[in-house]
Amino acid sequence: MAAKKNGFVDIGDGDSLKTTKKSYEQDEKLINGKIKDRKNGYMKSTQSNGSTPKMTQVEGGGLPKIDWSKYDTFPGSFEKCSLLTAVLTHVGLYVLMFLGFVNQLIFKPKAATEKNREGYAPLYDPFEQFFSRYVYRRVRHCFNRPICSAPGAEVVLKEWESTDHNWTFKFTGVERRCVNLGSYNYLGFAGGEGAEGGCARAVADAVRRYGMAQGSSRAELGTTPLHLELERAVADFLGVEDAIVFGMGFATNTLSIPGLIGPGTLVLSDENNHASLILGLRLSRATVRVFRHNDVRHAEELARAALAERRWANVLLVVEGVYSMEGSVAALEGLVALKQALGLHLYVDEAHSVGALGSTGRGALQRCRVLAAHVDVLMGTFTKSFGAAGGYIAGPRRLVQWLRAHGHAHGYAHSMSCGVAAQVLAAVRALDAAPGRARVRALAQNTAYFRRRLRELGVVTFGHDDSPVVPMLVYTFSKMAATVERLTRAGVATVGVGFPATPLNMARIRFCLSASHTREQLDRCLLAVEQVADELGLRYSRRRPLAEPRPS
Amino acid sequence: MIYIDSHDMAGWWTLVIALQVVFITTYYLWSKKRTRSHVLRSNEKPIEWNPKPLVEYDVEVEEPLIMGTLNENVLNFGSTSFLSLDKNETIIDSALKAMEKYGVGSCGPRGFYGTIDVHLELEERLAKFLEVEETCVYSYGFSTIASAIPSYAKRKDIVFVDECVWFAIQKGLDASRSKICYFKHNDMNDLERQLLEASEKKELNSRRRAFLIVEAIYLNTGKMCPLVRAVELARKFKLRIILDESLSIGVLGKHGRGITEYLNIPRDEIDLIVGSLEHSFATIGGFCAGTHFIVEHQRLSGLGYCFSASLPPMLTQAAISALDILEEKPSIIEELNDRSKMMNKALAKLDHYRYSGDEISPIKHVYLKDDLTDRLKHSYLRNIAAYCFEKGVAFAVSAYLRDVEHNCPEPSIRLVASRKIDNENLNLICTLLETAYKEVGPKPDLQPVQ
Repeated sequence: MAAKKNGFVDIGDGDSLKTTKKSYEQDEKLINGKIKDRKNGYMKSTQSNGSTPKMTQVEGGGLPKIDWSKYDTFPGSFEKCSLLTAVLTHVGLYVLMFLGFVNQLIFKPKAATEKNREGYAPLYDPFEQFFSRYVYRRVRHCFNRPICSAPGAEVVLKEWESTDHNWTFKFTGVERRCVNLGSYNYLGFAGGEGAEGGCARAVADAVRRYGMAQGSSRAELGTTPLHLELERAVADFLGVEDAIVFGMGFATNTLSIPGLIGPGTLVLSDENNHASLILGLRLSRATVRVFRHNDVRHAEELARAALAERRWANVLLVVEGVYSMEGSVAALEGLVALKQALGLHLYVDEAHSVGALGSTGRGALQRCRVLAAHVDVLMGTFTKSFGAAGGYIAGPRRLVQWLRAHGHAHGYAHSMSCGVAAQVLAAVRALDAAPGRARVRALAQNTAYFRRRLRELGVVTFGHDDSPVVPMLVYTFSKMAATVERLTRAGVATVGVGFPATPLNMARIRFCLSASHTREQLDRCLLAVEQVADELGLRYSRRRPLAEPRPS
Repeated sequence: MIYIDSHDMAGWWTLVIALQVVFITTYYLWSKKRTRSHVLRSNEKPIEWNPKPLVEYDVEVEEPLIMGTLNENVLNFGSTSFLSLDKNETIIDSALKAMEKYGVGSCGPRGFYGTIDVHLELEERLAKFLEVEETCVYSYGFSTIASAIPSYAKRKDIVFVDECVWFAIQKGLDASRSKICYFKHNDMNDLERQLLEASEKKELNSRRRAFLIVEAIYLNTGKMCPLVRAVELARKFKLRIILDESLSIGVLGKHGRGITEYLNIPRDEIDLIVGSLEHSFATIGGFCAGTHFIVEHQRLSGLGYCFSASLPPMLTQAAISALDILEEKPSIIEELNDRSKMMNKALAKLDHYRYSGDEISPIKHVYLKDDLTDRLKHSYLRNIAAYCFEKGVAFAVSAYLRDVEHNCPEPSIRLVASRKIDNENLNLICTLLETAYKEVGPKPDLQPVQ
């Protein structure tokens, strides 16, 4: 690690970062969209080293250069499809929309209409309605599928059928048990007593002691000793000073980010960030610029341009640990180097990676060999790897206290249910014991095996080799729906995603692996995938398969 | 040259494709030019970059009161469990049975195997209970209204809101970016005046969506909304009504169906009813109720619905059991209403405090009568609440973000009337509040601060 430190320069000690009250309000207005790059006296320098600014020409504004060859900046494997595939996908979508247009002209849709509101402005946008009725409706049976069991390694689907082309559904009464490759159950904590989980007794105890819910926010009467214990446990697990927990993962981002940053901050956000991050950033009124997915060089370019504008109070990089639609892991090593070289802040959302990556389940930070002290804000959720609900933000004590004072959830949103908190506590404690470590190892082995076998099959998978989220590209909407149907019939429950969650021509099937999947279950799934790949023609990969199988 | 012969289809298609090529090339080149202007051009003065830290200074946070177990002898007047269903054995038993079957978390959003049959059951039961066509269940009360509003109200729309709505509605309005017009609290004449003004200035027209957002019982003041008049105005000026019934479902009306039952308003006059499972139903979550036309839209574009894990099945089952109890014994609602009225009578006798809250509302706010700054009032109220907590009664001092709230209310203690309190409890509250005021409240010789 010492060698890496030569690559970047410390921007200064704590003194120079402490700023006096500056007039950040004297924001220069953009004139016709052009950015003035000469600003006199905008920032008062409080550097204690007393160096006078050089008057000669300085390349790059005097900011240190970064040698990217020293860091792992691999953004993940994103194999491009052939031009023919891209063209055919687009043509397919246009045909679909044309048919939908004709359908709309000729037949009356079976959709609900508004009553008693004549003369009112229409509630919905016509294109949205068209898309939802004539494109999304065709594949609607693949989404919102009800289950009637715990979402463990296997799940019981309630089958439904539609006799009127997906306008309405009826349950057939058949319940099908499938291998569950769709739920976020990375460490296998989902499931009731006797199943893979073992935390049920702790949950029952907590509910009988404290009740189902406190009925109040944390700042009022919603804090119990259990919440404090949970926060302590989460902070210890991640190796930071303090943590704060929230009742909902989505709300963690949307209610905390506005309390942390404001209009003077520039945010560099990854292209594929989650909707909760995007909403939180919008609510905070900070300016957001988007960099290409996992592309640290593009982030560097944007950061340098921003610093040259000389009008931002600070710059925040917002990334996720594991991206749930791409299956890639953030290039944290490179991002931390960038942050330290240019003096930026870093916010990492480990919703999918905490518990799932790293040798002891500490998340993307452990996997990328980055210290928690180098990340400003560590956020995560308990829904995926801990089989519960809710989220947390962890970091220095100062940050957590700030969020308690200025975050929106502390005073207004009800505190986490004690039963759910007990589940998280039990799961966090289990991860530090031998059976928990075994789960983390099992997940890593399952991931490596599954990804290797898919590569050998010849399908295109995205992301890094150790990420437990495995997207398999099928490109067209229709193939996505057909694959999901056939896999379900073969006893494998997976998730199909298309536009608008993914780009237009990159619909995909997403597999979420779990530590509780056995080798036999995975083999069954792979056999089903191979059959469907042959039937539907999913072997898009143009890479040569590996010469000999690596030891798993 | 391309001769455009109107009978020549190939000619038309060629023209269309050519135009597309021209447009796409132009757009591509233009967007390249824009990004190039971001490239660093400062090779003159060196950049002096002193970033402000994310957290500039240490903050002092008031330590919250730490609640104990269910069995401890603390009278809780701050938790909004109006029907006292939070300690109900039947509910806890059924929830734990659901936990044994389904586990704790649902491990996925509604779109991806997170829809469990208990969710569908709760949605059907709520729809039948509220006599609406459809409901959709969210996993957090705050996010329900904060996601519902921006899924309908967009940038070009206009929204009329009461000025005392609670924080989640304000955040929903923030996210929607519509034009917002606040009218005075519960003042329908002011609303009418603003509506007339807006329609004269042509801000209200038949092409622009307009909404009216009110709460049935306001969390910040405890008053009830004059909904009959509001509905009249909405029909006259063609506004769509979003009604936040978080506090009134299970409280108002003979069967607890909310303010529409209490005031005899036909339910389809309200476009969207947003409710919460965190108050009367004593669990976590929220729901939106209305016609198929309105609620279906949220399943695709409510951010807190689509992009969040669904409500844990254990908590969903608790809501279903609470609904069972509510449907079986609607008399508990009348008991609650009686207690609320009793509380009003008791609070009227207080010397050093004034209160706000309708007779039938289970939420009352108690304010200090002294003339002090908000910060001082807040700290005195916290001292009073801490004193009472030591004596075995828990009060909630309303927590507000003073610099973020629009029209922040005065500091207060938010009292909650629940079904199980009796006259003895009420006398205890009053004596305790008065004693606490004498012990740790503002002293009479304190000068009012300018």
